[in-house]
Amino acid sequence: MAGSYRISGQGRLTPAKTARFTFDGKSMTGLAGDTVASALLANGVHLVGRSFKYHRPRGILSAGAEEPNALVTVSRDAARKTPNVRATVQELYDGLDVASQNRWPSLSFDVGAVNDLASPFFSAGFYYKTFMWPKAAWKNFYEPNIRSAAGLGVAPDQPDPDHYSSRYAHCEVLVLGGGASGLAAALAAAETGARVIICDEQAEFGGALRFEKGAVIDGQDGWAWAQGVAAKLAAMDNVTLLSRTTAFGYYAQNFVGLTERVTDHLASPDREAPRERLWQVRAKRVVIATGAIERHMVFANNDRPGVMLASAARTYLNHYGVTVGRNVGVYTANDSAYAAAIDLKKAGIGIAAIVDLRDNPSGPLVDEARALGIEVNHGRAVTSVNGSQRIKSMTVQAKAGGAERTIAVDALLMSAGWTPSVHMFSQSRGKVAFDADTRRFLPGTYAQDCVSVGACNGSDSLEGTISQALEAGANAARDAGAKPGKGASIKVEGAEGWSGGMLGSGPGAGAETTVKAFIDFQNDVTAKDIRQAVREGMRSIEHVKRFTTNGMATDQGKTSNMHGLAIAAEALNKEIPEVGLTTFRAPYTPVTFGAIVNHSRHALFDPTRKTPTHAWAEGHGAVFEDVGQWKRSWYFPRSGEDMHAAVNRECATVRKTAGLFDASTLGKIEVVGPDAAKFMELLYTNPWEKLEVGRCRYGIMLREDGFIYDDGVVGRLAQDRFHVTTTTGGAARVMNHMEDYLQTEFPELNVWLTSVSEQWAVIAVQGPNSRKIIEPLVEGIDMSDEAMPHMSVREGKICGVPTRLFRMSFTGERGFEVNVPADYGRAVWEALWAEGQKHEACAYGTEAMHVLRAEKGYIIVGQDTDGTVTPNDAGLDWAVGKKKTDFVGIRGLTRPDLLAKGRRQLVGLKTRDPRDVLEEGAQIVENPKQAIPMKMIGHVTSSYWSENCGRSIAMALVAGGRDRIGETLYVPMPDKVIEVEVTGTVFFDEKGERLNG
Amino acid sequence: MLLIRCPYCEEERPELEFRNAGEAHIARPTDIASISDEDFEKFFFIRSNPKGLVFERWRHVHGCARFFNAARDTVSDKFLLTYKAGEPKPDASTLHAEGGPAAWANRPPDQLNEKPKAKRSTKGEA
Repeated sequence: MAGSYRISGQGRLTPAKTARFTFDGKSMTGLAGDTVASALLANGVHLVGRSFKYHRPRGILSAGAEEPNALVTVSRDAARKTPNVRATVQELYDGLDVASQNRWPSLSFDVGAVNDLASPFFSAGFYYKTFMWPKAAWKNFYEPNIRSAAGLGVAPDQPDPDHYSSRYAHCEVLVLGGGASGLAAALAAAETGARVIICDEQAEFGGALRFEKGAVIDGQDGWAWAQGVAAKLAAMDNVTLLSRTTAFGYYAQNFVGLTERVTDHLASPDREAPRERLWQVRAKRVVIATGAIERHMVFANNDRPGVMLASAARTYLNHYGVTVGRNVGVYTANDSAYAAAIDLKKAGIGIAAIVDLRDNPSGPLVDEARALGIEVNHGRAVTSVNGSQRIKSMTVQAKAGGAERTIAVDALLMSAGWTPSVHMFSQSRGKVAFDADTRRFLPGTYAQDCVSVGACNGSDSLEGTISQALEAGANAARDAGAKPGKGASIKVEGAEGWSGGMLGSGPGAGAETTVKAFIDFQNDVTAKDIRQAVREGMRSIEHVKRFTTNGMATDQGKTSNMHGLAIAAEALNKEIPEVGLTTFRAPYTPVTFGAIVNHSRHALFDPTRKTPTHAWAEGHGAVFEDVGQWKRSWYFPRSGEDMHAAVNRECATVRKTAGLFDASTLGKIEVVGPDAAKFMELLYTNPWEKLEVGRCRYGIMLREDGFIYDDGVVGRLAQDRFHVTTTTGGAARVMNHMEDYLQTEFPELNVWLTSVSEQWAVIAVQGPNSRKIIEPLVEGIDMSDEAMPHMSVREGKICGVPTRLFRMSFTGERGFEVNVPADYGRAVWEALWAEGQKHEACAYGTEAMHVLRAEKGYIIVGQDTDGTVTPNDAGLDWAVGKKKTDFVGIRGLTRPDLLAKGRRQLVGLKTRDPRDVLEEGAQIVENPKQAIPMKMIGHVTSSYWSENCGRSIAMALVAGGRDRIGETLYVPMPDKVIEVEVTGTVFFDEKGERLNG
Repeated sequence: MLLIRCPYCEEERPELEFRNAGEAHIARPTDIASISDEDFEKFFFIRSNPKGLVFERWRHVHGCARFFNAARDTVSDKFLLTYKAGEPKPDASTLHAEGGPAAWANRPPDQLNEKPKAKRSTKGEA
C-alpha cells in the first residue's frame, strides 16, 4: 500500500503502479495518477510549507488549482527547478524531488516563525507605515531584509534548459473547462461538425465528477461517463481535446491564451518534446464552463495543517483512495460538506462531529448523515482549533456563545459554500451581477461572444447544468455558422445540489488582536486585517485589497475574495454590491516565463541583421557593435592593438592613403515617377527640381514642426528617379514618413517609393588614393575629376556587376561609395580590398567613421540632434531652399520659439588641455563657481580623441553658441572642471581642399 | 490581440500587422506656409483625444502598407468601421458595432433556449 492513509477499495488509482518520490529528502511512495498532495496525504503528511509573512505551518487546503498553501519546489535536476508549484496540481512521477519552502533551518523548526509571535506588529499596512524613514534605508536595509524573510520559493539560478512551443489555433467553439458542463457543451457543438477546442487544467476530464460520487449520467457512473465523452471527443476529427491545459487569459475578440503542460508529469520526458505549449486561440464563440470553487470557513487558526476544504477531502478519498485523517471533524454552512462526511464514514473513517452554523439544516444529506450515526451539531460554530503543525482538536461553541466543548480531531473539513468561477467571464470584460438571493456574483452583462454554463453560471444541479450546456454548445456552433447537429440529450440521476453557504467570518473570528482567522492564506490576511483597513479609512474594495494585500497572491484570491468583500461590507455597513468586486485579471493561474517567452530566446530573441561583408570582417578580426538590429564593424584591431590604437591607426590611414568601410546599413529608398522631383521638394528642405541628372545633394528632412528628422545624400539617376539614402536607424521611419505624405497628403503625385536598403551593398572607399583603388575595377565610368566631380553619381559596372557609383565623402577626403547588388557585396569588397592593399589602405569601422566625420563637423542625426534641433541650430541653413513655397516643416520653422534668440546651436569645443577628452552628454556652464544647481547652457553631443588633429575634439549644442565662438566655457565633472574654448565645428581641413586631394 | 479589417485587403488581420498613426481627418493646409500660429497650433498640436468614439489613422504596415481610417470606441476597444483614406468621415450616428456582443450570450441561463433576437444596435452608445 503506497502510504498508510491509502484506503483499500477506494479511489480510481491502481495500487500496483507505485511511484517513489522524496519530500525534503525523505523517501516516500505514491501511486501513478497521484498529485504531490494526494501522495503526501497518503503518507500522513499534512505540514508542507510555511506561510508568506508569519511563517505559520501550513498544510493542504484544496485538491485543485485554487490551492493557496501547499506550494513546493519541484526539481528534476539542478537546472530544472520550479518554485511555488501547487502540490495539488503537480502530478507525481517516479523520482520526483519535492522540497518545502520559506522555512529555515527545517520545515518543523523554522526560525522565521518568530514573525508569528510578533504579528501584532505586522498588521495590515505595516510596511507602508513602518519603513518610511530614513528614506535611504528602504533600498539598502529594509527591502533586502524583508524580501529574504518573506516570500516563497527561490528562483532557479541556472538558465532554463527546456524548450517551449507555441501554436495559433482557430475554431468555431472554444470550451473552457472539461467538467460535466464543458463536456456536454463540447459534445453538442462537435456534433454539428464545427471545429471545437476543449481544454481542462486537470490531467483527466470530469471536473467535479472527480469527487461527486453517486451521480449517474446516461446510466453510467458520472466519472466513467466523463471519460467516455472525452474519448468520444478525442476521436472526432473536428475536436481538439487538451488536458493539463489552463485557459489563463481572455483577451479582445475571443482571443484566449492557453498553456498546455506537456512533460511536467513524466518521469523521463522526451527532450525533443516541449515542456509547455502556449496556445493562442481565436474562437468565434467561447463556452465558459469553469465551475465553482469551495470557500473555507473563517475562524481562529483555520490555517492549521489538517484543516481543509470538504470537497478536497472528498476528492482525496473518492479519486485517490486517500483519507485525510482517522477521526475527522466537519464545519460547514451548507450541505455539500455532509457528502464528504458521508463518503468518509462509509469508507470506515471516524467522523467526530459535524458542526453546522445553520440553525435548522435539513434535507436528504443531513438525514443520511444522521442515519449513519454521525453527530450533527446545528446552530454551532467552530471557534478555534488546537495543534500547530497538525490539528489536534476543535473547539465548538453555540453561535450565541456559552460553554465551549473541545472535540478531538486529526482533520477538519470545512465548507462555506461555492464561489462561481467568473474569472474568465470577467477577463472577457463581462460585468458580473450580484445575486442577492444566493449571495454570489454571477455573469451579468456580456462584452464578447461567449456564454457561461454550469456552476460558473450559478447552476446548482447537475441536471440543469448539463441541459444548459447542451443548449449552449449547440447554439454556439450554430451562431458560429455551423449547421445544426442531430441534437444530444443526456440523462442525469442521483446528483447533488450545492446551493447555500455563507460569506465572511463566523463566530470566533472576532476582533481581538490576537485572533488569526485567515481570509487569504497565501498572503496571510486575516479577518481583523480587513476590519482594520476599514477602520483606517479604506472605503473601496480596491483600496482594502491593496492595503491588506487580500487576493493579491498568486492564487488571485480564488478562495478569499468573497470573504474579504463580505467582511469589508459588514464593517462598512453596506451591501456587498455597493462595496464592489475587484477586477479579475490574467493570468488565472501563474504562467511560466518559459511559456510566454517561448522561442524568443537567444538568437531568436530579436532579428540580427548582418551586412554582406560580415563574414569577411569576422575573418579580419573586426569587433562589432550593435546599431539597432545591425551588427556593424566597430574597429579592426591588429595584433597588440587596443581599441584606441586601432581607431587612431584607421583614422590616420584613411587620411594618408585610403580606407574601406562597409556602409551597407544605410537606408536606401528609390523615389521614382513623373512627379519624383516634386515629391522630393515637398519632403526635403532642399531644392531638387534643378538638380542635374548624375549629381548628388545632401538633403535634410524635417518633421512638420520644423525639427530635423533625418538626413542623407540623394543622387539623381534620371529625370524621374532619385536614389535617396537615410541614416541607418532612420530607414524604416523615413520610408513610413514618405509613404504617409504620399498616400494621404499628396496622393495626386505620381510617384512610387521602394525600399532598397537590403538590395544594395555599399562599400565606402575614402582617402586620397580612393580613385586609384576603384578605377581599375570599373567599366563604363569616367572617374576623372572633370567627368565625375565631388557629389556626383554614375551607373556602370564594377568587377563585371552593375554599380551605382557615388562620389561623396563622409570623411572630408576624396571619397566614393560603391553600391552593388547585395549578393555581390562580398566579392566586390574583396576585389577592392585587394586593390587597396597595393596602396596600404585599411578597413575601418564605425568608430573611425565617427571620428573622421567629427573632424569635419559633419553631424549625425540622433547624436548631434535630438528632435529639438532645427537646420539653423545645426548650422545647416544653407540646405533650406529659401525660395521654396512649401515643404514639410516650412511652417514649423517660423514658429516664434524656433526663431527666438538664444537657441542652442551646434558649435565645436576644444579643451584647454588637448589631452582631455570630454564625455558625451556632459553639461556645459558659463561659471563653474556658481551655486548648485548650476545653470546649464548646453551639452556635449560628440567627443573624440582625434589622432589627425593631435588633440581632443568635440561638438556641443550651446545656447547662442555661434555668438560665443572664442569664449571660454566650463564642463563640470565629478572629479574636476574642464575648461573649453568654443570654436567652429570644422577641426580639420577647414577649406575642404582634400575632397579633391 | 485585436483583429482589424483592412479596407484595401478587405479582410481581418491581426493587430500585429498594423500600426496606429494618430487622429484622422486632419488635413494639412494647402497654404501651410502662410497660416497663423494659432492655426498651425490647431493643425499640428491639438488633438481631441475623446473617451468613446475616435476617428484614427492606421497603416497596414506589414501587409499592403496602405494608410486607412478607422472609427473605434476607446471604451470597448471595438472597431466600428474601417474605411479608405480620402473617404469622407462617417456620420457618428450611423455607426453600428460589427460583431458586438451577441444577444444570445446576454441572457440568464433559464432563457438560453429562446431564439436570439435581432442583433443589439449600439446606436447612440458610440
